[in-house]
Amino acid sequence: MARSETYENDLHLEATELRLGLPGSSEPEKKSTTTNIIASNKRALPEMPEDSGSSTNNSNVSDARNEDGSPPSKAQIVGWPPIRSYRKNNLQPKKSEQADASGMYVKVSLDGAPYLRKIDLKVYQSYEELLQALQNMFKVCIGKYSERDGYNGSDYAPTYEDKEGDWMLVGDVPWEMFISSCKRLRIMKSSEAKGLGCA
Amino acid sequence: MTRPGYGYDPPSPDQVLENVLEDVLQFLTCRSDRNAASLVCKSWYQAEALTRSDLFIGNCYAVAPRRATDRFRRVRSVLLKGKPRFADFGLMPFNWGAHSTRWLAAFADAYPCLERIYLKRMSITDYDLGLIANSFSSLKELTLVCCEGFGTSGLAVIASKCRQLRVLDLFEDEVNHDEVDWISCFPETRTCLESLTFDCVEFPINFTALEKLLARSPNLKKLRLNRFVSIEQLHRLLVRAPQLTHLGTASFSPSEAGQPPEQELDYRAAFAACKSLVCLSGFREIAPEYLPAIYPVCANLTSLNFSYANINAEHLRSVICHCHKLQTLWVLDTVGDEGLQAAAATCKDLRELRLFPIEVREDTEGFVSEVGLLAVSEGCRKLRSILYFCQRMTNAAVIAMSKNCPDLVVFRLCIMGRHRPDHVTNEPMDEGFGAIVMNCKKLTRLAVSGLLTDKAFAYIGKYGKLVRTLSVAFAGDTDMALKYVLEGCPKLQKLEVRDSPFGDSVLRAGLHHFYNMRFVWMSACKLTFPACGEIAREMPHLVVEVFTVQEVPVEEEDEFVDTLYMYRSLEGPRNDAPEYVRIL
Repeated sequence: MARSETYENDLHLEATELRLGLPGSSEPEKKSTTTNIIASNKRALPEMPEDSGSSTNNSNVSDARNEDGSPPSKAQIVGWPPIRSYRKNNLQPKKSEQADASGMYVKVSLDGAPYLRKIDLKVYQSYEELLQALQNMFKVCIGKYSERDGYNGSDYAPTYEDKEGDWMLVGDVPWEMFISSCKRLRIMKSSEAKGLGCA
Repeated sequence: MTRPGYGYDPPSPDQVLENVLEDVLQFLTCRSDRNAASLVCKSWYQAEALTRSDLFIGNCYAVAPRRATDRFRRVRSVLLKGKPRFADFGLMPFNWGAHSTRWLAAFADAYPCLERIYLKRMSITDYDLGLIANSFSSLKELTLVCCEGFGTSGLAVIASKCRQLRVLDLFEDEVNHDEVDWISCFPETRTCLESLTFDCVEFPINFTALEKLLARSPNLKKLRLNRFVSIEQLHRLLVRAPQLTHLGTASFSPSEAGQPPEQELDYRAAFAACKSLVCLSGFREIAPEYLPAIYPVCANLTSLNFSYANINAEHLRSVICHCHKLQTLWVLDTVGDEGLQAAAATCKDLRELRLFPIEVREDTEGFVSEVGLLAVSEGCRKLRSILYFCQRMTNAAVIAMSKNCPDLVVFRLCIMGRHRPDHVTNEPMDEGFGAIVMNCKKLTRLAVSGLLTDKAFAYIGKYGKLVRTLSVAFAGDTDMALKYVLEGCPKLQKLEVRDSPFGDSVLRAGLHHFYNMRFVWMSACKLTFPACGEIAREMPHLVVEVFTVQEVPVEEEDEFVDTLYMYRSLEGPRNDAPEYVRIL
């Protein structure tokens, strides 16, 4: 077997070496060149996690280290891949066939209202738009979100049930994460919602 | 022409020669032939200048407008290009330049009978459009490609004042929404319109006005709608305009989701009535269940643009299996390798393929690979131009393409992961690109990607004798790479490089050649400020611009220059550069 042969000659430690380089970029000189390019490129975020704090306003940071400890996905570089912004902005990738065909409809309940409503979360681009729409739909005052105090100071607070069945305050997590985990919305009276604010 | 006759001195031999020359040179249309003719001697220069009717300015800063209009006095058609291509990807600071006004003003002065204006990557304002409308009463064609700075108010002026207008084509422009109903501004009488393209306009237009416009534009052959026209509306237009040859199908979905597709028969009939249709595009929000409507026209199609259509292999197959005459195909990678195989099986005459990614990121799985490329190379032997975005590729597939498609003129492969090697062998992609330059003897345009060492560039320098445009990103090891290219490619005109480890010595290596080139772009490389300054001093006809994309002033103490953009110019440094662009 080839495997035992190579083990006789070489422990093949490099196969087990943990690195943040790309698969295939094997020569150490090559790798350091790559690092230098990235370090001197003001527009890119270096791949090394310790430098991930220094960002420019031109690059988007992708999500930090994944939950299973795998290396973070590469930072987005300005103008790469080279697609005209017009084309980029006009493509809406389908997250799933069903979602695209029927929208991302969730039930919305308002404490004290006789019946529920349904809204399509995909229509909105941000929390501001969503809250505005909810206020218009139910004719209630929801107010502004604050990390510390939630929606204290307004009559109602928007909450949602996530994929795990927990009731969360709308606004705590990034928008993309919210729309992918929100199963239903409930607009609670502010007095009842106090316990849901961030600790 | 002066005729000899009573009381007139017979024309001198020189005069006769010049007259004959003018008559003959009228027929010379090719730009490079004309340039060559103008160099023969003074009288040829003058004759050529008087007979040139198409003015091509590849870089709006290469020459002063006055100089061009003084030399060429009888121009009917102008083509003007501004920013370099990397501006499309956000690598150029805001307001960098390429303003159209001074050129348009010069044309207004010199060419009041101008018939055709084509602008690419220029900044053009509503004022400029007004200038065009007021200065050129004979204007027949206005084409704006990748331009910005204007809006519907400018379009309205063009529509209302350019009464001879046959072509109004807007391709991939950024159009401001001034809420002016420009479609209603076309003359109420019969129009001369032959082509109307506005698929890049990102807001609704007055559909009723458009219908009426169609009704009074009997010569209209090309209509490319924007995505704010539903398929029902498209149907209404189609039944009134079966003479169309080029159609941009707008959204290709119903105005309200959930509409039952029983109307399919109706759509089929509408398309079937369009016997001259050869080019289809649009499909901006495609509802795939309506695709069968276009089956009747597939057999005649030579060009199909699905590059905004999120369709899968099966959808594509159902259409493409009828497209035996197809020469141009633009698709999204959602069709996958399978979709490409379907295209390769039918489209034996394919000349151009462009495959765009639906997810513009480096770290996705991707839908296409070397399998699709190989299939295309085996099925479409006449391929001349390819643009292919993918996440993984092999040298073997690229080598196969180089052998199967020897007619390739344009080869642009974008492996989206930076520095990614051949995913099967883990080798750099040197051999693949090497084979392309070696085997495709007509190659003039090349874009490289993936893990590349200096070897790839050695190949390009050795074999790429006809290469005019080279795009490089995240590639190469040392300065030798670009030296091979600058010393080996005599036809190199446009060099665009980003994020590669090339330093000052490449600038010295290219000194002998820079005056032959239109421009050099090098960003995020290892060029130093002093070296750029030296080049500027040594080459007086080279304009050397240094800037950062963030619009902050250039710091001379920075280790490396952010962006170097240099171009030959008879005009010297321009005076319209913003303060964060340093001209050395």
